[in-house]
Amino acid sequence: METKFALHGIDYLIMAVYFVFVLGIGWALRKYMKNASAFLEAGRSIPAWVAGLAFISTNLGALEVMGMTGSGLKYGMLTTHFYWIGAIPAMVFLALFMMRFYYGSKARSVPEYLKLRFNEKTRALNAFLFALMTILASGISMYALAILLENVLGWNFNVSLLASAAIVLAYTYLGGLSSAIYNEVLQFFIIIIGLLPMAILVMVDIGGYSGMQESLAPIVADKGFAADTWTTTWKYTATAGANPMGVEWYGILAGLGFVLSFGYWCTNFLIVQRAMAADSMTAARKVPLIGAIPKMFIPFLIIIPGIAALVLLNDPGKGFALPLNDAGQPIYDYTIIMLLKQYLPAGVLGLGITALLASFMSGMAGNVSAFNTVWTYDIYQTYIRPATTDKESDDRHYLKVGRMATVVGVVVSIAAAYIASKFGNIMDFLQTVFSMINAPLFAVIFLGMFWKRSTGNAAFTGLLMGFLIALLHHGLTMPAGATTLVKGGWLGVVHTYPVEMAQNFWTAIFAFSTAALLTVIISLLSRREKSDDELNGLVYSMTPRLDDSGVVWYKRPWFLAAIVGIIMIVLSVIFW
Amino acid sequence: MLDIRFPIGLMFSIVGLIITIYGLATMGQDAMYVKSLNVNVNLLSGLGTMAFGLLMLLLSDPVRKRKK
Repeated sequence: METKFALHGIDYLIMAVYFVFVLGIGWALRKYMKNASAFLEAGRSIPAWVAGLAFISTNLGALEVMGMTGSGLKYGMLTTHFYWIGAIPAMVFLALFMMRFYYGSKARSVPEYLKLRFNEKTRALNAFLFALMTILASGISMYALAILLENVLGWNFNVSLLASAAIVLAYTYLGGLSSAIYNEVLQFFIIIIGLLPMAILVMVDIGGYSGMQESLAPIVADKGFAADTWTTTWKYTATAGANPMGVEWYGILAGLGFVLSFGYWCTNFLIVQRAMAADSMTAARKVPLIGAIPKMFIPFLIIIPGIAALVLLNDPGKGFALPLNDAGQPIYDYTIIMLLKQYLPAGVLGLGITALLASFMSGMAGNVSAFNTVWTYDIYQTYIRPATTDKESDDRHYLKVGRMATVVGVVVSIAAAYIASKFGNIMDFLQTVFSMINAPLFAVIFLGMFWKRSTGNAAFTGLLMGFLIALLHHGLTMPAGATTLVKGGWLGVVHTYPVEMAQNFWTAIFAFSTAALLTVIISLLSRREKSDDELNGLVYSMTPRLDDSGVVWYKRPWFLAAIVGIIMIVLSVIFW
Repeated sequence: MLDIRFPIGLMFSIVGLIITIYGLATMGQDAMYVKSLNVNVNLLSGLGTMAFGLLMLLLSDPVRKRKK
């Protein structure tokens, strides 16, 4: 079946209008970029709602959108665990308990918080790993986008790769973090408005949610699962074999709901940076909560259409197909673009493809703007050229370095994208490896923030050993049916997981537990390095409580958090 | 600094207008809309997008200040 298609003039016109505005926002902001703080921290001047939407938009990168629609097809509603239990509790925790220390400590990055709370070497370890990971991640998503556009739309791989990188570079170079954040808000709305017509049409076509449930029953039964497995979230998680993700409910709770999600949402500077750019302490604490509200509804836009695609695939009358890879397997990550092709005529199709480009750009700009901050403050200013007494010339100097880092970051990402196109396996492996830094990082930051006794040496050892244990676990286990060592087992196979997802969960759980345990034990065995006074503003028990009494009750973070919690519980019950 | 609602409003008004006009121009081209279940999705989506864009414009600081 033909899986390639071409766009019309009208589609390109819509795309062009989008490009003009994206670049225009960067251009309009360039005159505010007078010092390093304005460029790298957005001058801490972003309103809560803008930072909140950017917070969610930067997470909504191309790999996320493509991958989650594909996961909808492969795992059904179980995929929503990534949006509900696997995101919301962590976002609420970040908002209510952690943001005040990131924001109030005056740290300019997560690695810098580690420096303030612990010591230099802990910061260094995290800063270098983080810088490498963000650049790599942006290269991989660039590659994924360019290869998609080549395979499906017939666009030239080099042109789409270089052009999309050049646009992101232009607006982040001109307007720094502010430009990245403002564009992320624009991109957020484009993603919603561009994908919505497809999401509605596919549901109408298959008879709504109940029609989908009916059509899915025989398809799912064929796969050997209970008829409603694809339209439920917790119902079949009593045993790993009863659901396609191959995990039990406690694996989901501990692996995804706790370790992976808290590691990602609470300690990944890429995400936290958006909240740190907010214009006040109250705003910074509200940012993750404002982001949480759209986050909970994104499954209706990308996951449920993915589930619907499984119905379409099994109905020859619909004429729906996915492109095949060299091994003859359907490429699940292309589900979203094939759904756009299936339902959208010229015009709205252009808007839909623009939405995919926008999701790519929001993700990449997030990576680039986090990279240049960590590079400039945590690496360059710390190890290459420390600040002098001349604050004004320093400011100009670090602004220049920040801009250079933006260029270098994009260039290295492009190189990474080309390496990925030649040696995809190596990049997959590196990405898996770097994804292991978050879980131990969360253990260390959590203990640092809430236990005044934890020490720098303990944190450093915990962080390093947690990472090494994650590697070891990955080297000794593999998912069933894996054919390459990229998936694990490169040290010999001690345990085989039914599905790759389960392996990821348990890797994170091992890494987290090791880091937490070691940090606690070594802290107890060593002498405290920082006095109570030095920990003021860095540790919960050493910091005076925040007083929200001046804020109207319905504007307080706690109230917002309660609403977010209630919506999540209602959604979980409806789709139990 | 810049009120982001202004460029967002402007962009979606323009994009919405383009798609609406295209929807009007292709009215009656039934073959084109078979895939969207015989609905002129350009017209509907164009109007919706334009409405969103205009709302954002109305809420933006530059427009509100001028009204005062």
